[in-house]
Amino acid sequence: MKMNGSQMVCEAITREGVKVVFGYPGGAIMNVYDEIYKQDGFKHILNRHEQASVHAADGYARATGEVGVAMVTSGPGFTNAVTGLATAYMDSIPLVVISGQVPLSLIGTDGFQEIDAVGISRPCTKHNYLVRDINDLPRILKEAFYLARSGRPGPVLVDIPKDVTAEFGEFDYPDSVDMPTYKPSCKGNDRQIKKAAEAIINAKKPLIYIGGGTVLSNASELVRELAQMTQIPAVETLMARGVMGAGNPLLLGMLGMHGNYASNMAMSETDLIISLGARFDDRVTGKLSEFARYAQIIHVDIDPANIGKLVDVDYPIVGDIKIVVEKLIEQLQERVNPKNYESWRDVLKRYNTLHPQSFKDSDEVLKPQWVIERIGKLVGKEAIITSDVGQHQMWAAQHYPFDRARQWINSGGLGTMGFGFPAALGAKVGCPDKVVINITGDGSILMNMQELVTAAEYEIPVINVILNNHYLGMVRQWQTFFYDKRYSETDLSYQPNFKALAEACGGIGYDVTTKEEFDRVLLEAIERKKVCFINVAIDRLENVLPMVPAGGALYNMMLEHKD
Amino acid sequence: MENIRRVISVIVMNESSVLARVTALFAGRGYNIDSLTVAPIPQSNFSHITIVTKGDKRIIEQITKQLNKLVPVFKVMEHEEMIEKEMVMVKFSVKERLSDIAALCGAYNGGIVNVGPDIVIAMAADEPRRIEHFLEATQIFNPIEVVRGGVVAIER
Repeated sequence: MKMNGSQMVCEAITREGVKVVFGYPGGAIMNVYDEIYKQDGFKHILNRHEQASVHAADGYARATGEVGVAMVTSGPGFTNAVTGLATAYMDSIPLVVISGQVPLSLIGTDGFQEIDAVGISRPCTKHNYLVRDINDLPRILKEAFYLARSGRPGPVLVDIPKDVTAEFGEFDYPDSVDMPTYKPSCKGNDRQIKKAAEAIINAKKPLIYIGGGTVLSNASELVRELAQMTQIPAVETLMARGVMGAGNPLLLGMLGMHGNYASNMAMSETDLIISLGARFDDRVTGKLSEFARYAQIIHVDIDPANIGKLVDVDYPIVGDIKIVVEKLIEQLQERVNPKNYESWRDVLKRYNTLHPQSFKDSDEVLKPQWVIERIGKLVGKEAIITSDVGQHQMWAAQHYPFDRARQWINSGGLGTMGFGFPAALGAKVGCPDKVVINITGDGSILMNMQELVTAAEYEIPVINVILNNHYLGMVRQWQTFFYDKRYSETDLSYQPNFKALAEACGGIGYDVTTKEEFDRVLLEAIERKKVCFINVAIDRLENVLPMVPAGGALYNMMLEHKD
Repeated sequence: MENIRRVISVIVMNESSVLARVTALFAGRGYNIDSLTVAPIPQSNFSHITIVTKGDKRIIEQITKQLNKLVPVFKVMEHEEMIEKEMVMVKFSVKERLSDIAALCGAYNGGIVNVGPDIVIAMAADEPRRIEHFLEATQIFNPIEVVRGGVVAIER
């Protein structure tokens, strides 16, 4: 079938089953937008900033497990999208981002809105393409979707010069992809899996270390089954919250810099780490030479480069978590004795009783942890929780009762402030039946607050709970602990009127200072089904604890801070 | 861990910007490139890149794994069983002792390749370590300019 480049883009998006595209038009991408106007294969949502478009596509992908699609123009449209690409890249989120480019004849001439998009995005995409020939476009689009969702997922950029979007060619959309240079291995080596199973059977203090790869692989049920069958305790990384489910007696909680005592001590004392889709990030390990000194390591990851990158691994297994865990369960069936780990579980139980994840509540001022636990009580399993980056993110990760994978959406790897609100839009568009709440701070929310307009226009009822301490709280906390309280540029005493701001953009605003108000307002906000800001005044100087100071050993936790 | 020298052969799709992907990977992750050569493989869609690098065991392993992750990379070979050769060209004044220069080049699989009114150009092609020796030996002839070609390698 003959069609022009713009029609090809729309047709490919439709054939890939994408129902919604987030984007922002501009000169170089106008031909494609002209075709978007004429088609009805998918819906387009106009964000008010390209960064937000990519984050929204990202939130959509994280919530649904489908590929998210964003579309931007050349030059500044593309550079605005870069933070979104990098955010998705660090957390391995499947995205296809289409960017316009100046016409082929102008490339290299410093033309208006020209920038080397493939050059800039090379280190923050799984792969990228500059389309030089209309005949390559169908294949490239097919490959882009395939690369984004297969193997270790990631964002793929397709940069299309304006003349290519106008040119006609044969649209021969391939059914499958054959790339001789790209063959991800998913199955896991059976011999290694057998050896790993032996190691588990022989271990005395094994620990399941669950990372975001488990969520990406949709392996949460199987990982629960593995833990249940073996009665091996588990810890979750920031990216894996929800995999085991709150209240699961085998779940110790989150580990790492702001992990709880039992999780970090478990990691420090275990004799066998069963790492499932985690990558031994510095925020998890603390000082590497002190990390898990007594442990052998089984490392299951679909990306071979993650294995042996930071720690030496005894049982490397390259494969999809889902497939490998299934095989592990098969190997362990009726051979593993849960009783063997009983004394180990008892030790960890004692650690948990000794220093549970807790906080000191107050009647005078709202504590952020209370607010988060309260949200959990009021909406619990049903909600999707997104967050920005900072103290509120850590409090949410620590205190929200996450019950399933894909319920918790945050920028873990890159740590992008401004991610939460647009990601929440994407999540709500992808899962319209769920209540979607962005837990954010008074710093982060301002970084993409223009999305109030998007949410109001498209009637996307996202609730933003702003835990407002009038500080860039996480940096302020480090300044308190490590910089003698020199609060350099972190005091946000000068504030916008958040309530009025939300209302000015067509949303609803609330100011909250008490527990009773919070309950009433949150329930009302859910009821009214409109984008809103709930501005919650919290204790200004509350800290995120426990804390492992950067570069410190995981077992050296600050459990409380005394002035 | 101790730094080791390694020759890595990378077979890549012969397409635009593939070399940039490889070099950007080294720059972005802080790996070292001692030398790099690239040329198309005849009668194929592939090119052969030869990279000489240094790093400890973990880094060398990461380099090969990260290279393998690049989508247009077909194959990465890194081991000790490689035959390596490097070429070098040296410019001398025509007033130097030409027969001695020719004899020296001869000992390193080379010779004099061009003679002009003022200068003479000589070449050698040998193992990288022997190229170092060759360049040391040329010092007495006051070389004006040296251009090294970088290492190429092939599996034994």
